[in-house]
Amino acid sequence: MEKPLTEHIKNDGTPLSLKEYEAKGGYEGLKKALKMTPAEVLTVVKDSKLRGRGGAGFPTGMKWSFVPMGDNAPPVKYLVANGDEMEPGTFKDRLLIEGNPHQLIEGMIISAYTIGANMSYIFLRWAYHLAAKRVLAALDEAYKAGYLGKNILGSGYSLDMDLHTSVGRYICGEETALLNALEGKRANPRNKPPFPQVSGLFGKPTIVNNIETYCNIPHILAKGAEWYISISKSEGGGGTKLYGASGKVKNPAIWELPLGTTLGEIIEEHAGGMQDGYKLRGLLPGGASTDFLTPDHFNIKMDFEEVAKAGSRMGTGTIIVMDDKTCPVGMCLNLEQFFAQESCGWCTPCREGLPWTAKILLALEEGRGKPEDIDHLTFQTHYNAPGNTFCALAPGAMEPLQSALKYFREDFEEHIHTHQCKYKH
Amino acid sequence: MDNSNQVISEDARKEIEALFHHLPHKQAACIDALKIVQKYNRWVSDEALVELAPILEMKTHEIDSVATFYNIIFRKPVGRHVIFLCNSVSCWVMGYEAIHKAVKDHLNIDFGMTTPDDRFTFLPIPCLGTCDHAPALLVDEDLYRDLKPEQISEILAKYE
Amino acid sequence: MAKIYVDNIEYEVPDGKNMLEACTSLGLDLPYFCWHPKMHSVGACRQCAVMSYRDENDTRGRITMACMLDANDGTRISINAQPAKDFRAGNIESLMINHPHDCAVCDEGGECHLQDMTVMSGHNYRRYRFQKRTHNNQDLGPFINHEMNRCIQCYRCVRFYNDYAGGGDFGVFASSGRVYFGRSEEGTLESEFSGNLVEVCPTGVFTDKTLHKHYTRKWDLTSAPSICQGCSVGCNILTSERYGKLRRVMTRFNGDVNGYFLCDRGRFGYEYVNDEQRLTRAAQKDQNSGTDAFSAMKDHLASNPKLIGIGSPRASLESNFLLKQLVGADNFYNGVSAIENEVVNEVLNVLVKGNVRTPSLAEIETYDTVFVLGEDVTNTSPMIALALRQAAKNLPKEKAFALKIQHWNDAAIREVVQDEKGPFYLATPYATKLEEIATSSVHGNTKSLVQLSSKVADLISKGGDHQEDNDFAYRVANALTLSKKPLIVSGCGMMSKEIIRCAANIAGALRNAGKEVGVVFSVPEVNSLGMALLGSAGSLDDAILQTEKESGMTSIVLETDLFFRTNSQKANSFFEHSGKTILIDSLENNSTPNADFILPAGTFAESSGTMINNEGRAQRFYQVFKPNNDIKSSWAWLDMLMHQAEKERNFDAIVEEMANSVNAFQPISGLAPHADFRIGTQKIPRASHRFSGRTSMNADVNVHEPKPPVDEDSPLSFTMEGYHGKAPSSDIPFFWSPGWNSVQSINKYQIEVGGPLHGGNPGIRLIEPSESGVSSFEVNDGSADNGKIEALPSWFIFGSGELTAKSQAIMKRIEPAIISVSSATLKNSGIEGNGKITINSGEQKLTLPYKVDENVPAGVVLIPYGLADTMGITFPIYGNISMD
Ligand SMILES: Cc1cc2nc3c(=O)[nH]c(=O)nc-3n(C[C@H](O)[C@H](O)[C@H](O)COP(=O)(O)O)c2cc1C
Ligand code: SF4
Ligand code: FES
Repeated sequence: MEKPLTEHIKNDGTPLSLKEYEAKGGYEGLKKALKMTPAEVLTVVKDSKLRGRGGAGFPTGMKWSFVPMGDNAPPVKYLVANGDEMEPGTFKDRLLIEGNPHQLIEGMIISAYTIGANMSYIFLRWAYHLAAKRVLAALDEAYKAGYLGKNILGSGYSLDMDLHTSVGRYICGEETALLNALEGKRANPRNKPPFPQVSGLFGKPTIVNNIETYCNIPHILAKGAEWYISISKSEGGGGTKLYGASGKVKNPAIWELPLGTTLGEIIEEHAGGMQDGYKLRGLLPGGASTDFLTPDHFNIKMDFEEVAKAGSRMGTGTIIVMDDKTCPVGMCLNLEQFFAQESCGWCTPCREGLPWTAKILLALEEGRGKPEDIDHLTFQTHYNAPGNTFCALAPGAMEPLQSALKYFREDFEEHIHTHQCKYKH
Repeated sequence: MDNSNQVISEDARKEIEALFHHLPHKQAACIDALKIVQKYNRWVSDEALVELAPILEMKTHEIDSVATFYNIIFRKPVGRHVIFLCNSVSCWVMGYEAIHKAVKDHLNIDFGMTTPDDRFTFLPIPCLGTCDHAPALLVDEDLYRDLKPEQISEILAKYE
Repeated sequence: MAKIYVDNIEYEVPDGKNMLEACTSLGLDLPYFCWHPKMHSVGACRQCAVMSYRDENDTRGRITMACMLDANDGTRISINAQPAKDFRAGNIESLMINHPHDCAVCDEGGECHLQDMTVMSGHNYRRYRFQKRTHNNQDLGPFINHEMNRCIQCYRCVRFYNDYAGGGDFGVFASSGRVYFGRSEEGTLESEFSGNLVEVCPTGVFTDKTLHKHYTRKWDLTSAPSICQGCSVGCNILTSERYGKLRRVMTRFNGDVNGYFLCDRGRFGYEYVNDEQRLTRAAQKDQNSGTDAFSAMKDHLASNPKLIGIGSPRASLESNFLLKQLVGADNFYNGVSAIENEVVNEVLNVLVKGNVRTPSLAEIETYDTVFVLGEDVTNTSPMIALALRQAAKNLPKEKAFALKIQHWNDAAIREVVQDEKGPFYLATPYATKLEEIATSSVHGNTKSLVQLSSKVADLISKGGDHQEDNDFAYRVANALTLSKKPLIVSGCGMMSKEIIRCAANIAGALRNAGKEVGVVFSVPEVNSLGMALLGSAGSLDDAILQTEKESGMTSIVLETDLFFRTNSQKANSFFEHSGKTILIDSLENNSTPNADFILPAGTFAESSGTMINNEGRAQRFYQVFKPNNDIKSSWAWLDMLMHQAEKERNFDAIVEEMANSVNAFQPISGLAPHADFRIGTQKIPRASHRFSGRTSMNADVNVHEPKPPVDEDSPLSFTMEGYHGKAPSSDIPFFWSPGWNSVQSINKYQIEVGGPLHGGNPGIRLIEPSESGVSSFEVNDGSADNGKIEALPSWFIFGSGELTAKSQAIMKRIEPAIISVSSATLKNSGIEGNGKITINSGEQKLTLPYKVDENVPAGVVLIPYGLADTMGITFPIYGNISMD
């Protein structure tokens, strides 16, 4: 099984140095790309069927193709790597940055070259101190080796790259809010259109992609689009995917597997099934803002289409497992408290609806629930549906709740009728 | 010029000014500048905001508007060390509450509080991205994972 | 035009609008909060949700915010579809969970947009059972009350205060459910436009502190259309009264003038109307006050004494006209200093004889390049400064439009613009607030600014591309030459005729170069230009000379405090030399003790009349109430004196006479409906149909309801009786429409939102340039400095205005009178240390404390204009300074 993203990541917890990375074929993709025209690189990325790994699965090549190119294009463009990774239950980008920062840097250089950006930023969440140190060291190495800076490898193309560490707030992961944060402003999201590809950072054309997305790029360039599609098990997209699992499984971890590996395989083979004494009741397939799935869904493929068909989203591909001794209401409460706190405060449904939702769930947990509360929670899931709010935070927040109300409704009702949470002892 | 009353030190100032060279305007350095102030001063006081304003060519309220938006910019004094305990979903499933209680019992403070000796401030933090090793906490920049309540006293003992 | 479909009905709407604007313009009711016709869309509040459909076959549709949806050809939405209705009701419910429901004690109650939208959305039952969030309130100074718990986080306040008006001490703090709008630290709001928060905020977070002192609900206010008298811009206002007290001033929308906004001088400077110093009785010196004072006056005039009249730029056209008729044109003087007279006349001269148009206040916002010469507009004509701030955004915005970003997409436009400012140049005697948005600025004395601006005019005349040169004049000339629509702004602030001519010459040169150029002048007072148009035998100085020459004349002094207009020596000389003095004014001042007869004049609140603003626009204002004493419009007194009558003629008759006898004023007879105008058979009521308790208003005195006063001078009635539909645009006494009790009801009075009022914006322009006009006026740059110190006035929005400065809230904002001077000037004059300095020109002498301000040019000192300690000074002064 091919693991282009992680095969070289060392087990001893140290990152790949530039030398080590180069020895494993690092920066070959860049060298190849620099000999091609940006349009040619774009074609390869489009052909690879790479879809963004930040959660929404937008085709990467298509996203890039919206950036104005040619002589009339604005002279200043930006490229940004989204390493905010604050979605609860998500821990994949950290591995890539800490384990092999050069892979990210190389992917970003190729991508920036493709869209004609001369400045790029890695946006990293504050809590990733180790990752930040390693990125800085790697940037230093890359500059010294001529991979960054003026006239990269004699190609005439120049690119600068900076690290920005964020100061907290989940909304910074939303790409337009992230741009505001990078501009030193409050991280409220922006309306789209205009899309960042047209007016992004400082009002200039900008591409934002997830860390994992960029990490795929060097390999696609080095080995070609066909190869990339061949290592996937998914109809809809190429490549491998970092899958992860947390919760009471035997072996919580991250694995690089072909995109489209089944949910059952991930949980049972890679995560080793549930810890002794626990049964799996439900799982969030791709981070806190995805709908619950149940063991009935084990045979679906973890890719963008199939998970969507099953009524959820692949999201970040990091699975949070809920066992039978964990209260679904309590879990929703934990999630909604997070989302309520992390709402940016810009739009009404999210700013007011999420705290209200959390307060109801708390009431349920504390035995103060009322029969009409379930209707109200359902109302909130409609009220905060996609399109109703300014950005995707609140709709995401509603996904675990709406599915919990579907799959674990009896737990909600029991809390209300018995005025207590039976999972608490 | 008499700098003795300045809350932003010369070193911090220099570090902030070094931020400007990659940015189209100084305001873009606002968040990083706040981080630098916090690195030196532990928190961002009103006086610091007033001193920052001319450096960043911003108005005081504009900086405050940004500073109060973010979780990790402290507009109130914090202790010498800050304990961030992850309270997000994976850690919650894996028993973060026991760790919460352990810290609380050990230091006699809850979230949002600082020990009377100014040694620790205790704060919750969303997901630390180490869910496969939950529960987890951060003391300053040091990450502790796969925690058991009994480890708390030993961990905290390292911080004076 | 675009064809759109709303609930399956086809409409045609102008291109480039969003669906909320389009629907609102069509008169459809769709609730909103964050959108504002002047600040446009940001999509935050989510209240304007509608269902949108791809095409006629799409039956499901999706919820979309109308304010963020292009009203393109074929756009198809439903306002009434159930999901949209449910969403809007739910959204209101969410907004209300933390709202304190304190309408009963809230000053906004009864004219609250949140109340209206709540009713419109249909939410009524409260399900939220948890604790409400609470905030601390701040003391924001004498104008604005702060009650943060009422906030619904629509972000309009910051967007107005900071983004629109350029404020620097207000913001949004914190995040999520705790966002907070206020100052970083408690304290007085510094923006000159802070009062607009009262109208911009859709609920009761920011309310009018001056209204609160004598609070009355909107429906119990008697209101009238009026014109602000705070400066020469003539913003349209609504005045509101109850129980004989003026309660507040609000914006009266006029799309050609102030639109939705007012400055704080205009909004809060009204309180002098209620002042204890008001003159309320006709009086004769050393006699008990009473009506026979007027008879005595009449008798005196019947004896045919030789008359001299002092008119006033703060009195209405009608009053000045009648005074002129009464005393005779040769004996009518205009009440301002010789220099002010000369400068204002020069403004009129260049506007009438020149070939450049002076734009309306609203049009100022459409220019792309600005050069301000000599004038501190923020303090002399604040709303011009607000308009200029918008003009400065025009060229940078073009970049956003080039990216196909819609005109209404406010946040996206600002993102592209970043902090780029349009070409905006300032050449002033001191650093003004507009420097915040200036590309570049210089400071200089009169002579240097005259030289500089002459050079600019010269360079433009020479045509085209000047080499890049760091010289300021070159850069200004370049920018103006490159511009499509340049604007030159100047005014009387420096009291220099040459400056006015220089501004006209630059504009003329641009006009000759084929530019769509405009020139704007700020003049000192509300009716300065009207006075100039009316014409007079001379200035106050001339009048004083005349009385000194021919003592014993009976003088009639109209709304003029001589001690404000000239130094006390001259003022005293005037009173000593005049025989009997008849003073017509509204407030006691230094002149009143010198009068033999006093006639109490109505302020703008108690009288009607016409004012001509700095643009040459004639505008009508109406009295809002009949006072319970002798107070009358000045023109009424004058008319009665002239005709030896007990009662004045009706206003229309006077206007008619004026229009017939002064050519320039001819159009004024058509300015507004005549007093006999009726809708059906009905007058236009000044009070709303919800007005309560009229029958009990005097019940403590008399159980019989008195006959309501009758207004013979206008189609307006003083009560709630009358026609309750829409009044003609010039006569709108308040804005109200069913379901729209707040100021947002203005939408219902406009042809399209933000556009002109139905029936056209009120006001008539009296001055238009002629194509064959002059483009160049002779400039004499040999101003009389010859080595002396030049003392120039510094202007203060709060304090420099004679009457507004007597309003309590404004008084709290008046700065002490201090001379500003640079250290170089001090050094040259050998002045050191703290203390007071004296400026002495021989003729004028003044001693004040000073402060060092390095922005003041060498050889110049600045003296605050019109403060208690500095009134009566005529600028400029050339003299020397010494330590007191
Ligand atoms: C509330 C919110 C949080 C998000 N957080 C992240 C994040 O931490 N990392 C990330 O890559 N994308 C995040 N996204 C998605 C980004 O907006 C964006 O779609 C993504 O960075 C695009 O990258 P991709 O095309 O490579 O997937 C978030 C979106 C929302 C609405
Ligand atoms: S849904 Fe609204 S309030 Fe929530 S984060 Fe997005 S924009 Fe902010
Ligand atoms: S008015 Fe449309 S979202 Fe606020």
